Amino acid sequence: MNRAWLPLVGFGVLAAFLGVGLTLNPREVPSPLIGKPAPAFSLPTLAEPQKQFSVEDAKGKVWLLNVWASWCTPCLEEHPIIEVLSKKGIPVYGLNYKDKEAAATAWLRRHGDPYILSVVDPTGRVGIDYGVYGTPETYLIDKQGVIRFKHVGPLNPQVVERTLLPLIAKLRAS
Amino acid sequence: MPLVYALVLAAGMVAVPAAATTAPAQAPSAAGATTPGVARPNAEDPALEQRLISVTKELRCLVCQNESIADSHASLAVDMRNEIREQLKSGMSERQVIDFMVARYGNFVRFRPPLDWTTIALWFGPGLLMAIGLGLLVGQLRHRRTLAAARAMPDLSEAERAALATLASGRDGHEKHKDGNTDRMVDR
Repeated sequence: MNRAWLPLVGFGVLAAFLGVGLTLNPREVPSPLIGKPAPAFSLPTLAEPQKQFSVEDAKGKVWLLNVWASWCTPCLEEHPIIEVLSKKGIPVYGLNYKDKEAAATAWLRRHGDPYILSVVDPTGRVGIDYGVYGTPETYLIDKQGVIRFKHVGPLNPQVVERTLLPLIAKLRAS
Repeated sequence: MPLVYALVLAAGMVAVPAAATTAPAQAPSAAGATTPGVARPNAEDPALEQRLISVTKELRCLVCQNESIADSHASLAVDMRNEIREQLKSGMSERQVIDFMVARYGNFVRFRPPLDWTTIALWFGPGLLMAIGLGLLVGQLRHRRTLAAARAMPDLSEAERAALATLASGRDGHEKHKDGNTDRMVDR
């Protein structure tokens, strides 16, 4: 082969690597919790603070844990999708993250409450257990209480249609 | 007085990072507002703060990814510092604290990820590329040198060598040439 082609080949390899790199989202950090039991918590619910909800209570269901807050703008952007999922009969639980009770309640009253219930994590301590680093985050938890999928950032129709719904159907069947 | 400005600037450069690493408890956050008392001001146990800094410098803030938890003012970093402070206080080792964070956020949270099959390219890739680059460079330079040598010493016949020797000792010839300047003019 002609040696003059070598720089072009080198450039091609470099461009291919950089091109793939451009399609990756550096904000998306793979969670080590996929395939592991959802970290246990028992937190008061937003609607009735004297009541507690724990991961155990949702056992036997395929459910979503959606981390949200009233101060989180992308959560509002995501909100209609959560409502669609809820209407489809998928149990969505909220984890109200580092929020104030009054603000969170007002937010739900204003934009609608698609959650079966929301639990409150004002200090973000449970958030750390779940590896939360940006709201919204959504966890798919199976019947055995194992985390099967995590999405960081607002859910979008592509993720819902291509990944989330097929995975939920599969987990429900098993 | 440029010298005074320089001194003030230098003092500021020293003071600002120092303030950044010692001021975590003051950073406002939603958590701080709702549950006071989780974060104690830091000065009460300097040894603990020292350990806290040494651990948090090893951990990446996931919100502003190029900053460590020690440096970042992101609310998550504040929470993580508070959490780690409590853990260290309760007797956990630095190692255990880092493992705790890795279990939740993955190896990405470490600035120095462990050596395994997924990170092998990260650890040795740059060195390998450098070695390849240096190898190519040395090879190329050697190749050029042999080429240059071949060009400098082509196969000459006896007569050519003699002619070359005359030319090489040519300072006299040059002088003569100068003397014979007028002749040359005539020749033309």
